[in-house]
Amino acid sequence: MESETLPSSSLDDSWTLAGRTLNSRLILGTGKYKDAAETKAALAASGTEIVTVALRRVDLSSKDNLLGWIDRDRYTLLPNTAGCYTADDAIRTLRLARELGIADIVKLEVIGDPETLFPDNEQTLVAAKQLIAEGFTVLPYCSDDPILCRKLEDLGCAAVMPLAAPIGSGQGIRNPRNLEIIVSRASIPVIVDAGVGTASDATKALEIGVDAVLMNTAVAAAKDPVLMAHAMREGVRSGRLAYRAGRMPVRAHANASSPTGGLIE
Amino acid sequence: MAQIILNGQPRDLGPSKTVRALLADLELAETQVAVERNREIVPRALYAETALENGDKLEVVTFVGGG
Repeated sequence: MESETLPSSSLDDSWTLAGRTLNSRLILGTGKYKDAAETKAALAASGTEIVTVALRRVDLSSKDNLLGWIDRDRYTLLPNTAGCYTADDAIRTLRLARELGIADIVKLEVIGDPETLFPDNEQTLVAAKQLIAEGFTVLPYCSDDPILCRKLEDLGCAAVMPLAAPIGSGQGIRNPRNLEIIVSRASIPVIVDAGVGTASDATKALEIGVDAVLMNTAVAAAKDPVLMAHAMREGVRSGRLAYRAGRMPVRAHANASSPTGGLIE
Repeated sequence: MAQIILNGQPRDLGPSKTVRALLADLELAETQVAVERNREIVPRALYAETALENGDKLEVVTFVGGG
């Protein structure tokens, strides 16, 4: 975004996650796209610097491999534990992910229920403690519960990633008041993970003051994923700038924008 | 003939006596997979010397698109 009236420094808005300085506040998933070409185009349009990936058995019938085409100089890969229902499964998955030569930064998600995909927060705490002891940098997907987020921070997680709404639901931020409380209390980055449906949802999350947003389906399931990736980039940026600018107070009554005096008679 | 369970499917081991030989047979790049043998991770540096035996259960995994 260019501006003729603001010095560029006021629009410079980097943040720090686990010692990494990042310019983008959008973390993008790599699932559900039509093909590798669409994925690459969406990642580029989003401006993201961190992308999530899943760990699965190799497909012996295909020569296509994500590690063969993704630009690892440009994107930090963030392995997830999608599909894991216990702490043990999640730990096993991330140990394998580490063997793939990726940095130790991981997205921990322990799912509690296949229908809602809500997190099993108890198992998440167990897994986080063990993974941190093994030297992982843990970013946990969790409920939008301020007490839980505090516990995850106390364990040594590098960020907390409360959901805005169920994974893949596109419902937007169902409980903005909880996110406000989490943001006000956390001294580590708060990343909204899951639930964003469109650009204004991302904007609202950043306006609340979260540090970043992680999304996948909102981009991949759009009619034009690459265009939506661009919209998300702008939405995240606008929300962050609005947060920093400080919004006007909401008033119960009108307040004229034009001078009330000097009217012609 | 020796048989292993590879990603949940039985497979005749054939001449692939090590993890390295198996990955070569499967035409998989060693840098693009991680391997678990009987639930123990096999570090990449040990692929050449890790012998496979009848009944071994192997998981060979990689990264795919995901959120």
